[in-house]
Amino acid sequence: MIKLGGKRVPMREQKPKERIKNFKSVPLGYNEKEVVKEAQRCIQCKGLPCETECPINMKILEMIREIANANFKKAFFIIKEDNPIPAITGRVCPQENQCEGVCPLSKRDQGINIGKLEAFVADWARHAGIKEEFHIKERPEKVAVVGSGPAGISCAVDLRKFGFKVTLFEALHKAGGVLQYGIPAFRLPTEVVDYEIKYLNDIGVDIKLNFFVGQNIKFDELRKEYDALFLATGAGAPMFMNIPGESLKGVYSANEFLIRVNLMKAYKFLEFDTPIVCKSPIGIIGAGNVAMDAARCALRLGIEKVYILYRRTKKQSPARIEEIQHAVEEGIILKELVSPKKFIGDDDGWLEEVELYTMELGKPDGSGRPRPKKIEGNEFKIKIRTIVEALGSMPNRLFLSRTPELEVNDWGQINVDHNLMTNIEGVYAGGDAIRGNATVILALGDGRKAAKSIRNYIINKARKK
Amino acid sequence: MSHQIVNKKQLSADTYQIEIKAAHVAEKFSAGQFVIIRIHEKSERIPLTVSSVAPIKGTITLVFQVVGKTTMELSSLEEGDSLINCVGPLGNPSEIRKFGKVICVGGGTGIACIYPIVKALTEAGNEIISILGARTEKMLILEEEIKEFSQEIYVSTDDGSKGHHGFVTDVLKEVITKNQHQEDINRVIVIGPPQMMRAAAEVTRPYKIKTIASLNTIMVDGTGMCGCCRTYVNGEMKLACIDGPEFDAHKVDFDAVISRLSMFREKEIMAYEDFKKRIKSK
Ligand SMILES: Cc1cc2nc3c(=O)[nH]c(=O)nc-3n(C[C@H](O)[C@H](O)[C@H](O)COP(=O)(O)OP(=O)(O)OC[C@H]3O[C@@H](n4cnc5c(N)ncnc54)[C@H](O)[C@@H]3O)c2cc1C
Ligand SMILES: Cc1cc2nc3c(=O)[nH]c(=O)nc-3n(C[C@H](O)[C@H](O)[C@H](O)COP(=O)(O)OP(=O)(O)OC[C@H]3O[C@@H](n4cnc5c(N)ncnc54)[C@H](O)[C@@H]3O)c2cc1C
Ligand code: SF4
Ligand code: SF4
Ligand code: FES
Repeated sequence: MIKLGGKRVPMREQKPKERIKNFKSVPLGYNEKEVVKEAQRCIQCKGLPCETECPINMKILEMIREIANANFKKAFFIIKEDNPIPAITGRVCPQENQCEGVCPLSKRDQGINIGKLEAFVADWARHAGIKEEFHIKERPEKVAVVGSGPAGISCAVDLRKFGFKVTLFEALHKAGGVLQYGIPAFRLPTEVVDYEIKYLNDIGVDIKLNFFVGQNIKFDELRKEYDALFLATGAGAPMFMNIPGESLKGVYSANEFLIRVNLMKAYKFLEFDTPIVCKSPIGIIGAGNVAMDAARCALRLGIEKVYILYRRTKKQSPARIEEIQHAVEEGIILKELVSPKKFIGDDDGWLEEVELYTMELGKPDGSGRPRPKKIEGNEFKIKIRTIVEALGSMPNRLFLSRTPELEVNDWGQINVDHNLMTNIEGVYAGGDAIRGNATVILALGDGRKAAKSIRNYIINKARKK
Repeated sequence: MSHQIVNKKQLSADTYQIEIKAAHVAEKFSAGQFVIIRIHEKSERIPLTVSSVAPIKGTITLVFQVVGKTTMELSSLEEGDSLINCVGPLGNPSEIRKFGKVICVGGGTGIACIYPIVKALTEAGNEIISILGARTEKMLILEEEIKEFSQEIYVSTDDGSKGHHGFVTDVLKEVITKNQHQEDINRVIVIGPPQMMRAAAEVTRPYKIKTIASLNTIMVDGTGMCGCCRTYVNGEMKLACIDGPEFDAHKVDFDAVISRLSMFREKEIMAYEDFKKRIKSK
């Protein structure tokens, strides 16, 4: 019955002309018939390259088998054994470099659409109200998780399952980290994230919002009160170009831009109070996922002309292929080999023009990509009235300054051992806080690993007593 | 967690004082710090300085001036109503130690922001000269409260309805030049509209008196994550929420501060007008 190989079942999507007018999901998701058909393409290869490449080694083949038999409930439970947030990873994982990238079917056509299968099953379970069932054997020990992004969420879930009392501290008024404030709703619908947060509540994680650890609650207070800590504070502090004109009105960091749009819902301004002011043309500096997200948000705010200003070329862009494709389909203009020299304002302090260097590609740098070099004397100006700097971000400086005893590297990333323990006993860390700008799935993997380490640590300590 | 308003008072035509439940903030607060509040699910996050706290009661007092949609909506709440969030205390505490003679200058609602600092500095054994400014006598707030902790107090109003006719900076200059022990004035702290803080910094600059201003930049998260509150101090970028809000006024690029405050004006006016219309039609 199973039909091997064959072409990928196409994903239905909102048409570019329509979707740039809304913040609804771009992919419409498979239906039951399509998802079964896509699963049936799997040739069940030996060695399971897909599972090896998945950073959390999800049991992909077992999942696919159940989906191929339309046994979605079973597929859901299989996924959940490894992955607490499949509705999210299925949507945002860079699958083309992971599970799907190594699928042999990608040689002839496209690999199995593993991400979309995963997201389908999770959405199906959400709509059907099906939840993982487990019995929690309560233990007396308490663990604090700091930061509610994917690392914090996954760690909290596992720690609860192990029976610990878990308190999750989050500085913002909503939990979810980048999933909530960074990734726009047209890629990751808000209700999907909210559902996972609600699940944390349901299993008894005590979520404390508006607690900014290091500021309005001290690191030492947590250490005294809890048996172990997991630091999942991410890398959310923006970097700036530090060039003239950066204080002009109209210059945003990608974080500010995305927080206003996503967390504060500035795209529904007047219904929601937080404003965003965005004048056309807009230039986004950088070409990673964050830049693509900012560019696509700008289009949806009604900006006609959206440039991506990139110092390398498309080929070297770190963004996901799907995202670049989507951005280009939507009409975003990619300007390659340029880098801003200065921002020029009008008499009123508003950005009016950007002076750009022309760049060329040199020898490969540390990242293996060719190093961009300025061509002196080739500067030129273009009219740009809004700039969004998507240059990457750093760990939160305030938190680190209040925890000087914590060892970090030169980039402010927390140092950990192979169990994810920091230099302080009983204090663990993971996700972007130790890796810099990484991915949701790596953060999730860290959270799960740290939960295991924390369990071992606490149990060993209890034994010694 | 919601934060109930337990007391509300109108201090002047457009200035209100509310006391809200926020036990955590009350317990951790030091003078100079602020909170960020949200009224309801759809509200903006706005920063307000904590004017005083009652740790045993678990309440904090905020004083705000109605300048736009959010502050107007806040002023329309009554005792018993609640705010959905109040995160804090945020920002660094004021430097409180024995300096000797300190001049504290407050303008408009800045008076409410300087009040806890005046109190703390007095308790630390300083001699305080307070200079308060308002547009007109009716807008002057907390004069009695501040007087209690000040050795000397001066008032100025733009229209001359009370005290000096003119700006607080005129008074500041006079107080400094007329002071027989000028060298004893070790610090000036100024909180108010940025134009006023800029002018005050120019008054004290020739006398080389260390001058501190508390910046009221636009903020979103207040945790160093958006960069919206960035400000330039001695040419270096600082974030008012985590590096401030207080900075050396002689080193702050006030022109940038003032300019950036108007970045969202067109939308702010839209929201304000829309809200006023909605209230009227109710
Ligand atoms: C716009 C954007 C798009 C992205 N797109 C993708 C994508 O498509 N696919 C992908 O895999 N990855 C993507 N990423 C990267 C991915 O989101 C991150 O790698 C991941 O979220 C890291 O998870 P985390 O749990 O370590 O931290 P975060 O998600 O950053 O969460 C950290 C949380 O900790 C809180 N916090 C920080 N300090 C404190 C403190 N002191 N006290 C209390 N709380 C604190 C923060 O407020 C935040 O909520 C994207 C990132 C951005 C910004
Ligand atoms: C650290 C700090 C402490 C402050 N303390 C006080 C205080 O104790 N009492 C008081 O009355 N005001 C205080 N302010 C200013 C107060 O936050 C703004 O007046 C308020 O946000 C205006 O909101 P609105 O919607 O009513 O007005 P809007 O119509 O939004 O704006 C009116 C003006 O307020 C400023 N503003 C707007 N949004 C913000 C924002 N999110 N953050 C800061 N400023 C903004 C802008 O300059 C704008 O032009 C403080 C600001 C900061 C940064
Ligand atoms: S978690 Fe990510 S990498 Fe792993 S199978 Fe799912 S989509 Fe692929
Ligand atoms: S690599 Fe592709 S074809 Fe092979 S088992 Fe995995 S999904 Fe199926
Ligand atoms: S308010 Fe966002 S960084 Fe200061």
